[in-house]
Amino acid sequence: MILIKHLPELVNNDEALVRRGRFVTGEIKIVVGDDEYWVGIKEGRVVAVERGPFLMRSCDIAFRASAEAWAKFWERYPPPGYQDIFGMTKRGEAEVSGDWRLFMQNLQYFKDLLQAPRRLAGEECDA
Amino acid sequence: MPEIEPMVGRYIHFPVDGTNYRIYFEEAGQGIPLVCLHTAGSDARQYRHLMNDSSLTGCYRVIAFDLPWHGKSNPPVGFQHREYRLTTRHYTNTVMNFCRALELEQPVVMGCSMGGRIVLELALRHADELRAVIGLESADYQEPWYDTAWLHRPDVHGGEVCAALVSGNMGPRSPDEYRWETLWGYMQGGPGVFKGDLYFYRVDSDLRERVAGIDTSRCAVYIMTGEYDFSCTPEDALRTGKNIPGAKVIIMEGLGHFPMSENPELFRKYLLPVLDEIVENTSPRQGSGGRR
Repeated sequence: MILIKHLPELVNNDEALVRRGRFVTGEIKIVVGDDEYWVGIKEGRVVAVERGPFLMRSCDIAFRASAEAWAKFWERYPPPGYQDIFGMTKRGEAEVSGDWRLFMQNLQYFKDLLQAPRRLAGEECDA
Repeated sequence: MPEIEPMVGRYIHFPVDGTNYRIYFEEAGQGIPLVCLHTAGSDARQYRHLMNDSSLTGCYRVIAFDLPWHGKSNPPVGFQHREYRLTTRHYTNTVMNFCRALELEQPVVMGCSMGGRIVLELALRHADELRAVIGLESADYQEPWYDTAWLHRPDVHGGEVCAALVSGNMGPRSPDEYRWETLWGYMQGGPGVFKGDLYFYRVDSDLRERVAGIDTSRCAVYIMTGEYDFSCTPEDALRTGKNIPGAKVIIMEGLGHFPMSENPELFRKYLLPVLDEIVENTSPRQGSGGRR
């Protein structure tokens, strides 16, 4: 949770990233092993981060991987295959589900949002 | 004094499969022709760094051209009435006709990604016309990892999605400047062109049953793949190399799917020894002489 809880400042203080996501309003889940995190987004800004478990809470897109896989993904310089969400899905170590149109329409925004915690790598290590 | 780069760009006209094309190409240097093939959905600007590298251009004539529908090579007349789909036959004929139109003698052909696939086909079919092939991010086959239907539809911006799809397939230490320049090439692709290229890459070019037929004594084969390429993986490259007797496989640490454009400084450290070896092994057929 330590890294994910920083998403609001990591995203909202990045003017270019907010601009890239200016048409994104919705809810995503980032599932780290057995832990669920719900992230609310409004016009590119992260407006809420909540930790589950959640009962009957829907989302637009969910990103799932093991804690070990996310830990590699969030290293400042990830090992080969873990530098990109599609690298992880191709390896069978991550799953993306939900509204593919929203995801593909704003693909670089979502990739950058997921990778934003890398900027803290080395300072805080666990998810 | 303003900086003027040594490369020059020109247009050449020649037919491919009965259709006339106006093809844009750039070149720099003198010596053994080194024809460079860009990746799917992009263009020949990916090779600009090599053309400004005097270590190459001292003994290689480095040439890169935009495939039809890409960069400054227009699609054929009437393109608006058809869906673009690159085939193995058309790609092969385009590359070979380009080499013949420029009267290149025994060129080395180096291609990346789908260019790395076609050079294997060239080595199979046209070994006697080529000095060597270098496949960057090259394999006889790769497992698909996305649905190409997303690349060309009105509710998703084609340039943005093509660039974003490949954006993570580079080494994380590759300079930001060059990573984004590489993506800019994808952002500028014509509608449906990346998807049309992938018809060749995904559907029309499974070489797994055929690469063993490549005779490396007639045309040397080098396969160079970045460790961060999760699309055409090092495992794909090693498998392919294993199936081609005499082929050399080099796994490039720190690099991803776009070695020549994402991190040219690092890439040249891997490429220069290969080019040296080609000079040593194939001289004095043409353009002989050491590079330095």
